[in-house]
Amino acid sequence: MRRLLVLLCLLAAGRAWALDPAAVGRLAFGDGDERIAAIGALLASGEPRVTEVLQAFAAGELQTAGERVLIVRGEEGFDAASGQRVAPLPPEREDVVANNRLRSAAQAALASLKLLAPERAARLEAARALSGSVDPATAPLLRKALEVEGDGEIRALLAMAVASLDLASDDRATRLAAIRMLGESSNAAVQPLLAAAVKDPDAEIRSAAKLSLIEVEGRLKWGEILGLLFAGVSLGSILMLAALGLAITYGLMGVINMAHGELIMIGAYTAYVVQNAFRSMGLFEWYLLAAVPASFAVAALVGMLLERSVIRWLYGRPLETLLATWGISLVLIQGVRTLFGAQNVPVENPAWVSGGIAVMSNLTLPWNRIAIIVFAAAVLAAIGLLLARTRLGLFVRGVTQNREMASCVGVPTARVDTLAFGLGAGLAGLAGCALSQIGNVGPDLGQGYIVDSFLVVVFGGVGQLGGTVYAALMLGFANKFLEAWSGAVIAKIVVLVFIVFFIQSRPQGLFALKGRAA
Amino acid sequence: MTRLYGARGWAALGVLAAILFVVFPALSLGVPAGSPFHLSQYWVTLIGKIMCYAVVAIAMDLVWGYSGILSLGHGLFFALGGYALGMYLMRQIGRQGQYQSELPDFMVFLDWKELPWHWWNTDQFWWAALLAVLVPGLLAFAFGYFAFRSRVKGVYFSIITQALTFAAMLLFFRNNTGFGGNNGFTDFKRILGYGITEPETRMALFAATGAVLIGTLLVARWIVTSRFGRVLEAIRDAETRVAFCGYNTLHYKLFVFTLSAVICGIAGALYVPQVGIINPGEMSPANSIEIAIWVAVGGRGTLVGAIAGAGLVNFAKSLFTVWFPEYWLYFLGLLFILVTLFLPRGIVGLARGTRTGAA
Amino acid sequence: MKRRTFVKQLALSVAIASIGMSSTSLYAQQKTVKVGVLHSLSGTMAISETVLKDVALMAFEEINAKGGVMGAKIEPVVVDPASNWPLFAEKARQLLSQDKVAATFGCWTSVSRKSVLPVFEELNGLLYYPVQYEGEEISKNVFYTGAAPNQQAIPAVEYLMSKDGGNAKRWVLLGTDYVYPRTTNKILRAFLKSKGVAEADILEEYTPFGHSDYQTIIAKIKKFAAEGKRTAVVSTINGDSNVPFYKELGNQGLKATDVPVVAFSVGEEELRGVDTKPLVGHLAAWNYFMSIKAPANDEFVKKWNAYAKAKNIAGHKDKPLTNDPMEATYIGIYMWKQAVEKAKSFDVAKVSAAMGGQSFKAPSGITSTMDAKNHHLHKAVFIGEIKADGQFNVVWKTKGPVKAQPWSPFIAGNEKKIDAPALMAAKK
Repeated sequence: MRRLLVLLCLLAAGRAWALDPAAVGRLAFGDGDERIAAIGALLASGEPRVTEVLQAFAAGELQTAGERVLIVRGEEGFDAASGQRVAPLPPEREDVVANNRLRSAAQAALASLKLLAPERAARLEAARALSGSVDPATAPLLRKALEVEGDGEIRALLAMAVASLDLASDDRATRLAAIRMLGESSNAAVQPLLAAAVKDPDAEIRSAAKLSLIEVEGRLKWGEILGLLFAGVSLGSILMLAALGLAITYGLMGVINMAHGELIMIGAYTAYVVQNAFRSMGLFEWYLLAAVPASFAVAALVGMLLERSVIRWLYGRPLETLLATWGISLVLIQGVRTLFGAQNVPVENPAWVSGGIAVMSNLTLPWNRIAIIVFAAAVLAAIGLLLARTRLGLFVRGVTQNREMASCVGVPTARVDTLAFGLGAGLAGLAGCALSQIGNVGPDLGQGYIVDSFLVVVFGGVGQLGGTVYAALMLGFANKFLEAWSGAVIAKIVVLVFIVFFIQSRPQGLFALKGRAA
Repeated sequence: MTRLYGARGWAALGVLAAILFVVFPALSLGVPAGSPFHLSQYWVTLIGKIMCYAVVAIAMDLVWGYSGILSLGHGLFFALGGYALGMYLMRQIGRQGQYQSELPDFMVFLDWKELPWHWWNTDQFWWAALLAVLVPGLLAFAFGYFAFRSRVKGVYFSIITQALTFAAMLLFFRNNTGFGGNNGFTDFKRILGYGITEPETRMALFAATGAVLIGTLLVARWIVTSRFGRVLEAIRDAETRVAFCGYNTLHYKLFVFTLSAVICGIAGALYVPQVGIINPGEMSPANSIEIAIWVAVGGRGTLVGAIAGAGLVNFAKSLFTVWFPEYWLYFLGLLFILVTLFLPRGIVGLARGTRTGAA
Repeated sequence: MKRRTFVKQLALSVAIASIGMSSTSLYAQQKTVKVGVLHSLSGTMAISETVLKDVALMAFEEINAKGGVMGAKIEPVVVDPASNWPLFAEKARQLLSQDKVAATFGCWTSVSRKSVLPVFEELNGLLYYPVQYEGEEISKNVFYTGAAPNQQAIPAVEYLMSKDGGNAKRWVLLGTDYVYPRTTNKILRAFLKSKGVAEADILEEYTPFGHSDYQTIIAKIKKFAAEGKRTAVVSTINGDSNVPFYKELGNQGLKATDVPVVAFSVGEEELRGVDTKPLVGHLAAWNYFMSIKAPANDEFVKKWNAYAKAKNIAGHKDKPLTNDPMEATYIGIYMWKQAVEKAKSFDVAKVSAAMGGQSFKAPSGITSTMDAKNHHLHKAVFIGEIKADGQFNVVWKTKGPVKAQPWSPFIAGNEKKIDAPALMAAKK
């Protein structure tokens, strides 16, 4: 009731009152309830500087020095109550710690302040923030805002918020209207409200609520299914990236490269190093642009080095390459541990691949996953072109199909081997760069992907890049759909067992090479 | 029938048997603990453990070295044997566990009131021993039958065996599977009524492992020197030709694969009471790859090489992890690379090469 | 440059190792005592355990600089059990029977502890275990310096139920599928039920080891949270899977003000690999945070910074971090020293007896006391909210140290359990 009065005051507030130092003090020094009350009191004052203080509070910029409350940003300080600059800053300062409860109260207060802001973007953001959980205390403000709002999208959001408030109204007609209104919503938060109305003693309200609930659930179901599809594509694209390099080194060249996972790891660490370099240059936002080619180059270089020094001597003995490359992988893991330490290293998403796009209230597609899907498609197209249209691609295909014959017609098989292995390693590096955006970067990174990568290649059919792509996507979908149904652990086991059975009935994988080469 | 070994071979085997069954027990049990000649429990359990690995390596050599089937799932058979005996050992704890219940601790904890079906009769040693042989054997038989029938070979076979052991590992990690989840089985108290920490029990297990090692070696040697073994080698080198000669290669491969799995099961059963723990980690793909590495380091298709490889790699691991805890992986990794590059026939190949002067 | 220093280190370590093998004469004139450090330096657990080895070596160096333990210099024996559980047992046996160490500091996972436990009991060794764990165990040969469930999990859930914590009414219990999460969630489920939470308001979800794709799980959490009242997530996800989990959480826009996630295995070290800006407000419960303001902590952090720089510890020399298990290792080492000095002997039985009631001014600013009987520490519980810089804001703490309950009262049958290894043994 008090907050309601307070808000009415706010709406009426035409002139500025002084920011109450006592309220600011309570915000800084009080216990939980006192601080919530202080937020209300500050809001009530209508003083324009309230926004600044509350923002500083939510962002953890408030500090206390003795009795004084300061806003501290970097080396600059301002008195929270008066707004005057404080210089020099007192040396003994304590942070004002805001917990989740206080932060959400402050954010709600800020949102309600913004509801009447002149900028459309601020109002839209505020309307979104308020549409989730509607506090009855904000009702008058919401109604007022709805009256004066001109923008259609914001109006719709506000109307929904008002409708969810009207659900508790005493007037039957208002409630019915609200229920029908909520039926249009695709916000998951209205579900429990409608579910409660389904149990209403009034038959008409009951049936209306049932109808609305079914509509909302239907819409949400779509969100879920789309979410699953997206998750499947995303996992599939990651598996594909991880397996593409192997499809070349193993599928085309017949080298069982157990160090493939470590080449992925090298790619990820390269992204880390590039990130640090770009951060120190102040270009953090753009580091990925350089990290992609760098990961490819470093991993490819390491790959070619390995090919020249070790793998070259083992062609035609595929099972022995397994042992040597296993040794290589041990050395690489320990090498990274010595250089970078055993712990994970931080690779952060630049702003443009952070967060996600909210397609529906229950479906947010993260930018980093979208970026990886696009990236995977681009890599696939590039590698397809490379193999199909370039001279190197021709040589690689030739050497794969018939090494002796290729050699006879003058293909430098040794160099082609080195380059092809480098290409496979480079692709692993690209996968590492992509993985650094969604997972951890540590010495063991590659170990988690090696078994999966081999399965994808074998499942798709060795020697078939296309098979690898289909296999990765199929496994991605299978994993995610099973996971939604049975939990992650069983899903993984079922998929593995399925592959075992599949290979036993079709030993050449999804797409068998036709003709004598098989 | 070909003679298994020449005079020198039998003599070497005799010396080995004498060391395992006379010298070691005497040094461990007969010599007082303070004496420099005393063989401590540490060495007894360590050598015992490595002998178990050596048995597995022989089994691996049979399928890989002689028949050309590289299984990357042998760790699974080993672990299954271990789990079978582990169930018996858990039952032998009786009421001495943390919860003082007839049920194993982890079951009490899961609120299970009675043993699940697969624990039936596991308080009987003979049943557990039977399981240790039967379960890996049957699994290998069924798996091998389908795989060999559809002519899955080479790397495909390696990868699906790897997938199999990986799936099994995830399954055993689950608490609800009924094998203690990630913690597996530990804290054993007794075997056949004898305290498991008693030096005599340890020595008995040690001697049993030694006997199994020598027995496995002889059986394997007998197989590879027999006509059967020569067919296996022929299959390894040119399977299609052997098939055209009228041999059903499926039967040969299936037999040797199943036998190999059974041997692994026995080794696993001996391993668990000596190291005191079995957990799904034994089924991790890396462990199975390591088995192949022992054989490669020792020398494929030599049997003795398998033993030497298992011994060398594992002793190296035990010592290096103490001497160079931060760097031992470099040495191990380099060892694998150098052996594959420069000793394609393993250390035994090297030894034979220098002795006969032939490459 | 780096490679060169590495080669030098390698050469040096070879040299040291060879000296070590023939060094008995070198050390003969000076009294020394061997102490084991049993942490994985390779394999999957190296990521967490390596730093515990380093902090242990720092503490030994510190003690040696001040004259050692009862005049004897500590000679650490560092071995690498390589995240391999049978190897843990083998190394434990080696430390106890070959090196004859007076005490061992080590282990992280429960399975590694379970693997070495019979060895320590057989050879009557002394193990200090520094990590939070699921309880349900007590041994006369082990001192547990990490938290039992009632010193971490239960206070965290109580906090989330409180008004300040956000009045959570619905709960998602999310973990990696192994023993610690299963046990903790079992205890929490019983606890929540005792607080009147309905079965339908609890969702339990597990993922396999090394799981890295949390899309479906987060979608499930969102759906569950949308279906009713305030929801909170309790995460017992194992170390390595946390980074992908939190990255997904941040990018899917699940904010702490809507659905707070409290984690028991996420500390400063785990957050090192994550961009924490979208995670502000998510919580962790520990007995120590690096950000705790206490003179003892300032000193501890300063010492670690200096040590990491001096020893060139990769990762930590650029960004030194301390965390709860490091603090617990440090406490354990000092308590062992105090107990030895009180017992005036390195004998395990005597030291063990002297351990009960030892107290130490811990870096957390609290004076931690070893319980007189149950081998666990009395520790204060802190709840921290993640800050944008990867550190934690302490938003709640217990009034004082809490006594550990290794036998959780929320597990049926535990009422009969006696909270002391000596009495347990007698009952057998």
